[in-house]
Amino acid sequence: MLAAAAAAGPLALAGCGWRSPSGLEFWAMGAEAEKMASLLAALPRAGLPSVTVQALPWSAAHEKLLTSYAGGSLPDLGQIGNSWIAELTAIDAIEPVPAELEHLVDGQFPGVVDTNRINGRLMGLPWYVDTRLQFYRRDLFERAGYAAPPDRWDAWKAALGAVRAKNGGNGFAILLPINEYEHLTELALSSGATLLNRDGTRGAFRAPEFRRALAFYKSLFDEKLAPIAGAAQISNVWNEFARGYFAVYPSGPWTIGDMKSRLPARLQHSWATAPFPGPNGPGRSTPGGSTLVVYKSSRKPQAAWKLITQLVSPASQQRLQQLTGDLPPTRSVWESAGLLSDPITQAFATQLELTSALPKVPEWEQIATEMQNVAELCVRGRMNVDQAVTEMDKRANRLLEKRRWMLSRGRAS
Amino acid sequence: MIRGRILTLVAALVALFVMLPLIWMVSVSFMAPGEAAQFPPPLFPAHPTLANYRTLFEDYGVGRYLANSLLISTLATILALLFVVPAGYAFAKLRFNHRDAIFQSLVALLVVPGQIGMLPLYLELKAMGLVNSYAGALVPWLAGIFGIFLVRQFCLSIPTELLEAARVDGASEGMILRRVVLPTLKPVLITLALFVFLGSWNDFMWPLIVLADQHLYTLPVALAALSREHVQDDELMMAGSVVTTMPVLILFLALQRHYLDGLLAGSVKG
Amino acid sequence: MKLLSRTRQESRAGWLMTSPALAAIGLFFVIPAVASLLLSFTDFDIYALADLRNLRFVGLQNYGRLIGNPLFWQAMANTMWFVIIGVPLLVLTSLLAALLVNAKTLRWRPVWRVALFAPFVTTLVATAVVWNYLLHTRYGLVNYALGAIGIAPVDWLGSPRTALPAILLFVTWKTFGYNMVIFLAALQAVSKDLEDAARVDGAGPWMRFRHVTLPAIAPTILLVAILTVAGMFQLFAEPYVMTQGGPAGSTVTVLYFMFEEGFKWWNLGSGSAVAFILFLCILAVTLVQLKVARKAGAI
Repeated sequence: MLAAAAAAGPLALAGCGWRSPSGLEFWAMGAEAEKMASLLAALPRAGLPSVTVQALPWSAAHEKLLTSYAGGSLPDLGQIGNSWIAELTAIDAIEPVPAELEHLVDGQFPGVVDTNRINGRLMGLPWYVDTRLQFYRRDLFERAGYAAPPDRWDAWKAALGAVRAKNGGNGFAILLPINEYEHLTELALSSGATLLNRDGTRGAFRAPEFRRALAFYKSLFDEKLAPIAGAAQISNVWNEFARGYFAVYPSGPWTIGDMKSRLPARLQHSWATAPFPGPNGPGRSTPGGSTLVVYKSSRKPQAAWKLITQLVSPASQQRLQQLTGDLPPTRSVWESAGLLSDPITQAFATQLELTSALPKVPEWEQIATEMQNVAELCVRGRMNVDQAVTEMDKRANRLLEKRRWMLSRGRAS
Repeated sequence: MIRGRILTLVAALVALFVMLPLIWMVSVSFMAPGEAAQFPPPLFPAHPTLANYRTLFEDYGVGRYLANSLLISTLATILALLFVVPAGYAFAKLRFNHRDAIFQSLVALLVVPGQIGMLPLYLELKAMGLVNSYAGALVPWLAGIFGIFLVRQFCLSIPTELLEAARVDGASEGMILRRVVLPTLKPVLITLALFVFLGSWNDFMWPLIVLADQHLYTLPVALAALSREHVQDDELMMAGSVVTTMPVLILFLALQRHYLDGLLAGSVKG
Repeated sequence: MKLLSRTRQESRAGWLMTSPALAAIGLFFVIPAVASLLLSFTDFDIYALADLRNLRFVGLQNYGRLIGNPLFWQAMANTMWFVIIGVPLLVLTSLLAALLVNAKTLRWRPVWRVALFAPFVTTLVATAVVWNYLLHTRYGLVNYALGAIGIAPVDWLGSPRTALPAILLFVTWKTFGYNMVIFLAALQAVSKDLEDAARVDGAGPWMRFRHVTLPAIAPTILLVAILTVAGMFQLFAEPYVMTQGGPAGSTVTVLYFMFEEGFKWWNLGSGSAVAFILFLCILAVTLVQLKVARKAGAI
């Protein structure tokens, strides 16, 4: 009895919710989370409640969101990667954008806006856009006789080989972390692959376009142009890039700031950006970026949308760009922020007009992870390309079985 | 004589080897950022600095996680003792219906791994509203079957005459537990307390799942999150490891005689 | 009359003292375990989480799918490697350490005992991070030391063939102290008289170990083996922090697989099936060990 009473006391205390009842809870990731305080401080905050920001590392954010959804502890609003929109919509976790705010996406890159639309409805407002392209060591390419990386696959591979040869055959030419699926996806999109069939119910990895992309991807490792290593095995990307361990680093705009702060001063004029190559000309990339969404479980959706409206205003977009290097979704802001005259960011503008959408099915992230698992086995020589694409289709079809069932019952679209 | 010296030397070398990762951990935590990722790897900092610790506490709010860990571990220890000690004593010395059958089933449950119910437990706590709270993190420590086993084992050796004498004097069972039994349980209490404190401090998987909000994170969870984000920053991560490990290591060193003696006593019988 | 009321008092006290613990065990351990079994027969996933009508009862389909899933078998194989290599390695290491610390002529015994036990006390996540750096291919101390004796650098955590042994090395370092203490207790209980008698009879140290010490501590070896097997089956934090299951899935353990199924992809039905299979494995191996020990006359 005494024990139970004594136990109830601390348990009751410990069970107290810690969220401020009147404020807004905002979950952000990565670099944006670190700069949220400055960003919020610059907003005209009239009429807005206080905002508590929680930072999540990107690598754990997806599972964190789903776990919190299951546990009923989602915040009011937050940043999400726009590849997760389909999933969160399917489980009814986020609110559609109110009709009166839809005009805010006018003048934005259409590829990006499209990823925010699920079945025609806008489910979030783009906060920043990104896409991946090549960051390369201009001095190393020039030493090998190239002003810039070529834009066709065969010429590009030859250039990578030349760069590596100039390094005495040491090190590598390009870093493609083997645990990240974005690199193979980008090659696939450039090759014209759709990855899944049209209604997203079966895998399309055996299509010739994807096969070609996978074969090319594998050849980069086979010819020792890329190291077979995961992101965690490269101790410090910046040091290695500075040392010339690799000369090309596919990444996004977040790396611009890192390059400037982490590379030594003597190398600051030796790096540049270029769009990806494709089989027969410039390649396509994914229309990535982060979107701001309001969660259905929020008790203050109006206040949340009000905050979002301010965060996506052109002035806010420009400020975000200055603080983090993130690229604004609205084209006009590129002009005013001087991004079109800077050759580093100009390459992004070019690439952003050449994007293809990823499949908008909730299972995509898991399918992409499985795709990369199989691709890794292929690169390591455990499977050839034919076996790999067959296996990828097999795994994708298994993962999509529930979706097929739900479609047949009319429970999903 | 010679044999003793040789053995001692061997023991010293082995101990050095075993402690080397920990020594290196402390050493790197005092190095300047970027210093550790070199070839050949440095053993000691060129100019020891507190910069990494300052970054941890000022920029990453590690003080908060330290406080969370302290709070949760202390609460878990107190609650575990409250739940487990009377139960262990009762199973040893009090007679009630089905006592032995119940205890046998508890022992059988020891084989079941704790993680088997993790997913439904999460849903259960969600229904109870305890997800994302300190209470949620504490819950597994209340169901301490091993602790009951340990306490019961210890209590079996208490002479029943002592208890009967107290009963004849008119003492209630509760009073007997408090006045007669508890004083003799000091060794097992310390062992159990240390065991629960260490276990809950170092617990990782469950707090990872049940604590959604960052400001509730315990040190291991925060450290794992930091390490995913900052795999590049060796020195910072080592400082984080030191902060996570040092408190329990110091506690253990201070009370190690009790802990080891408690384990030894428990396992001789086991 | 007096006897009855005392018995009733005792009985009542017994129930009162055990009920909080029993309630906690029932509520937070037994019920979830049973629920887990039930969940494993459904296809509970993120769709069902959103709307329970999306739940389907699928019988043994989860189990069937797992059996047909190469990733699951890889996790099982990895875990079995941990058990098959790890348990003898750990038992041997801790036994040797205990013998060393127990040696009669050893000086400063408490110091070595504490030093060897210290890794067990440290936080696993923290030390996993440390070992991550120690095992770094180019800047890690381990490869540096190997280089000093002429061995080429090994890509410990980057190569599928060495990642598992690397983690095993770490696990051994971390947990051998606990088993060492258990062995110490057992060694101290070995009858001194028997040992002295054997020495007087002219038996050398190895003979004494084989015929006096070993039989006496056989039950303890069994206990340590059972505990270690259960521990090896439950490895999770190490792959989570050090390798995220890679490279090429070579460090995915059964528990890591369960965690990903359950908490990364929210396939709760499948995750519960994995948990249940895990339980059956531990039970099976434990029963086998008990049987073998009984046959060998150890218990």
